[in-house]
Amino acid sequence: MSVKTRTRRDILGTSALRPDAVPKVQGKFAFSSDLWAENMLWGATLRSPHAYARIVSIDTTAAWKIDGVECVLTHEDVPGKPTYGLIASDQPVLARDFVRYMGEPVVLVAGDHPETCRRALAAIKVEYEVLEPLVDPEKSIDLSVPPIHPDGNLIRRQQIIRGDQSLIGEVVVEGNYELGMQDQAFLGTEAALALPDPGGTGVELYVATQWLHEDRGQIAACLNLPEDKVRLVLGGVGGAFGAREDISLQVHSCLLALRTSRPVKMQYSRQESFFGHVHRHPARIWMRHHATKDGRLLRVEARVVMDGGAYASTSSAVLINAVTHVQGPYKCEHATVDGYAVRTNNPPCGAMRGFGVVQACFAHEGQMDKLALACGISPVDIRLINAMETGDRLITGQTILNSAPVAQCIRETAEIPMPPNMTNDTDVLAIPGGSGLTATPSKIRRGIGWGVSIKNLMYSEGFDDFSTARCTVEDGRVSLKFATSEVGQGFVTLAPQIARTVLGLDEVFIETIDTGIGSAGSTSASRQTWMSGGAVNGACKLVATNIIAEVAKMRGLDPSTLQIQGTDIVDLSGNAVESVVAATKGKRFSETYEFHHQPTGELDENGQGDCHTAFAFVAHRAVVDVDPDLGLVKVVQIATAQDVGRVLNPLSLLGQVEGGIAQGLGLAVMEEIIVENGRVRNPSFTDYLLPTALDAPDVIARYVEVPDPYAPLGAKGVGEPPCISVTPAIVAAIRDATGVDLLRVPVRPQDICL
Amino acid sequence: MIYSPKSISNAVQILQDDPDAQILSGGTDFMVEVNFGHRAPTSVLSLRAIKELCTWSQQDGVIRIGSALPYAQMETGPLAKLLPALAQAARTVGSPQIRAAGTLGGNLGTSSPAGDSLPVLYALDATIIIATATGERRMAVKDFMVGPKRNALSKGEIITAVELPASTGYQGYSKVGVRNAMVISIASACLVHNPIDRSVRLAMGTVGPTIIRASAAEKWLGEECDLASASSITPAICAEFGRRCGDESQPITDHRSTAEYRRHAVSVITSRLLERCAAS
Ligand SMILES: Cc1cc2nc3c(=O)[nH]c(=O)nc-3n(C[C@H](O)[C@H](O)[C@H](O)COP(=O)(O)OP(=O)(O)OC[C@H]3O[C@@H](n4cnc5c(N)ncnc54)[C@H](O)[C@@H]3O)c2cc1C
Repeated sequence: MSVKTRTRRDILGTSALRPDAVPKVQGKFAFSSDLWAENMLWGATLRSPHAYARIVSIDTTAAWKIDGVECVLTHEDVPGKPTYGLIASDQPVLARDFVRYMGEPVVLVAGDHPETCRRALAAIKVEYEVLEPLVDPEKSIDLSVPPIHPDGNLIRRQQIIRGDQSLIGEVVVEGNYELGMQDQAFLGTEAALALPDPGGTGVELYVATQWLHEDRGQIAACLNLPEDKVRLVLGGVGGAFGAREDISLQVHSCLLALRTSRPVKMQYSRQESFFGHVHRHPARIWMRHHATKDGRLLRVEARVVMDGGAYASTSSAVLINAVTHVQGPYKCEHATVDGYAVRTNNPPCGAMRGFGVVQACFAHEGQMDKLALACGISPVDIRLINAMETGDRLITGQTILNSAPVAQCIRETAEIPMPPNMTNDTDVLAIPGGSGLTATPSKIRRGIGWGVSIKNLMYSEGFDDFSTARCTVEDGRVSLKFATSEVGQGFVTLAPQIARTVLGLDEVFIETIDTGIGSAGSTSASRQTWMSGGAVNGACKLVATNIIAEVAKMRGLDPSTLQIQGTDIVDLSGNAVESVVAATKGKRFSETYEFHHQPTGELDENGQGDCHTAFAFVAHRAVVDVDPDLGLVKVVQIATAQDVGRVLNPLSLLGQVEGGIAQGLGLAVMEEIIVENGRVRNPSFTDYLLPTALDAPDVIARYVEVPDPYAPLGAKGVGEPPCISVTPAIVAAIRDATGVDLLRVPVRPQDICL
Repeated sequence: MIYSPKSISNAVQILQDDPDAQILSGGTDFMVEVNFGHRAPTSVLSLRAIKELCTWSQQDGVIRIGSALPYAQMETGPLAKLLPALAQAARTVGSPQIRAAGTLGGNLGTSSPAGDSLPVLYALDATIIIATATGERRMAVKDFMVGPKRNALSKGEIITAVELPASTGYQGYSKVGVRNAMVISIASACLVHNPIDRSVRLAMGTVGPTIIRASAAEKWLGEECDLASASSITPAICAEFGRRCGDESQPITDHRSTAEYRRHAVSVITSRLLERCAAS
């Protein structure tokens, strides 16, 4: 019998569709905001109207008296740890003596209707002594202002000192760069449903989150319950981008449910969502690059200041990412870097797609363009001359062991055809100003810009962010169990692809994603394809081995002579012994696998150490049209070649690339949370502008496939790289079109034309 | 209580009987205010069933647009041919969903200086028709809007229609926003050329407490050129006209933009509108 050579559907390498694609398009997918339970109450949060104030008193009497109000809670009602946090536990569940940012939660209510809750919140009287907010990060560094938090105003400082500290290049370029505060702006706002166990001995929480197990640990501590009494189930997640790494309404909804002994649902409005999660760190970065006159980079000097806002969140890790990536994807021997993550009374900042590298990249790519200009070489050549390769050392002393096809990414991007020139009959909607009809085509100028980036994958600094998966095969069907948050990135598509490929079985089911199995780590840091992909792959391989052993035993064959090929178990000469379906009839195989990445280390005080796990690279070329008189921009085309290791699902991959580019474009030209003296001025989609279809560019993507020796499937994470270097590429293109030295994002119209 | 009368007289009567009833047209401003808790209506008077308010007509060179006609019907089709600037302004409003619901009555009811139809109404010297308890009153649009989000409408009154002259020469609308669609204006302008009475009228949005007519710039232009045709308008005149329009603007700085940029932007678009007029 010879092996059937039919092409199999939905295995690795194919564009398998998301299992939830059709329901999502039809509006039938249940997001967390659609959660509902019999007899459920609604929860709501009273937030601080001030950026910094002392709480003098809280009077909830009037709220209790409102018909339909079941519960009003303050900090006094938190039974366990009063604070929470991802790295440092420094954020109060409910404010006690001080509020440190506008929007900080102070009181919770539960009532029979959202409107009841709204009235209850309005009836609560909180007396504040308003204090002068600390909003200038420099004042947190020079310690000129008394601490606004017991943990102090400096969250972390990290230097990197490497090589010759007095080296001066033949060519020296310098710049001060600044980035505004970007919001993740996921479309599904925070939502959860908490179901108390009878007698209040435990709680089950359905929630949109990025990391079920981490949430569980923090929730259990605040509730003073053992971890196994807190069960988390993933609710339908409408995007995350880092904003669901920190706790928002998790503890609050559980507190209300346990107190009222009724299911409690909480859901933020868009406005509340802007106050309910952390944002991307605004940053000020000074850099000085030293090079030879023919453009070889010798030394980078940098000072990085990141405003962490009122609470620590992941600021210390974001800072490490920023300072360890200041050289970009370029060879560089000498470095002098000083980085600070500070506390202020601005909105708390934490994880967002790109995690500190976005900030560093905007600065180092601006510098590479300055260097190109100073040396009289093209933006492409300056990047090619310096392109990093496998075996190069970073300024931390860490050697790059991963595939590092930087030059190839740049070359392949350069080969992508340019878009056609604008003509008089170009659709007015496709030129700067769009539907506003502001542009006169003859006055539009076109520019081209480049950006290239390096991004670490997985967690750093000694953290073992492992992932767990269980594979069960029964009667020819596979079921997979993991706690990997599906936030839209596509692991629910990829996991079955892996199982089909490894096991030769077509029917694959995913069990409920919950804390009923070991941790999967966070869906962040571009890590789930590598980590949870590695776990699913490992579990499936163990099961495959067991199936083969069973077949070998039954047939008296040596198991080492058998393997799964297609949907069959074949012998050494490739002849099918039995189909996998047949081999598993009436039988059950189940294995659990924990995948760990290779260990990393800490950084010493000079910023030296092998702190990162792996790296991925990407190049972007932007073509933009600019109306120089009005300062309006239309990004025409983004060409990109991305180092992906191996393409596992072309459609999913393109989704990540196009989406990341839109997000990077947003940071380049429109997305910013405007904060004045600690107050957020634009907490709505009316005034926080996200790119629309008319703003999105044509994206032409190529993938550089050099399988990574350390990646379990050869594939690198692809989630973050698309949004990192596209921002500096777009800004470089605007500079090219206008000649204006733009050093801040988002670029505002007045930055160009006034 | 939700009222859905079929005639204007009925609607006016309802407002007499239930003075707390709030008028709902397309709801695209109304519902936003409800959602933000800025408005908590106890009863609502919907205009959608009053057919007369949802149509438009043309007679003796005057176009009458019902106050509840949605923008989608101004964007294209015969009305767009008669009033190109209104069509352009309508196209810039929100998204297709918003344009399918939003109306002139609502834009006037809200009276935001950023309302996109308003500069067009100002440049065309529109007349607002208002149904009152005792009958009807007519009002020039410039007297209607009295401040940011404030107008001359009294309790119990309903805007029924807007009357505008059909175009006789070039007219155009332009709006500056930071995004290429679905954006609140930072500065906007409408220019209308009337070769018959030899005039150019220019109205600016979002650069003052109300819509602003650039009367001095209009007058200067009339003195510089014979506006019986657009042929004598030179590029230098366009530039100077834009500068003068900018001088007449009274912009403020807020989280959307700065006064300086708004003044600059309105100069650029007014000068470009005049260039388009000259080229037409
Ligand atoms: C996403 C979004 C985008 C938007 N984009 C734009 C934009 O680009 N440009 C723009 O100009 N606007 C925009 N708007 C605002 C809004 O769409 C417009 O102002 C629209 O014209 C309002 O019309 P409506 O029929 O929906 O009014 P409604 O919301 O029904 O009413 C608005 C107000 O006017 C009163 N009113 C309505 N009709 C009458 C009447 N006949 N007589 C007396 N009072 C009346 C109401 O009582 C209410 O106070 C946007 C709104 C949204 C939600």
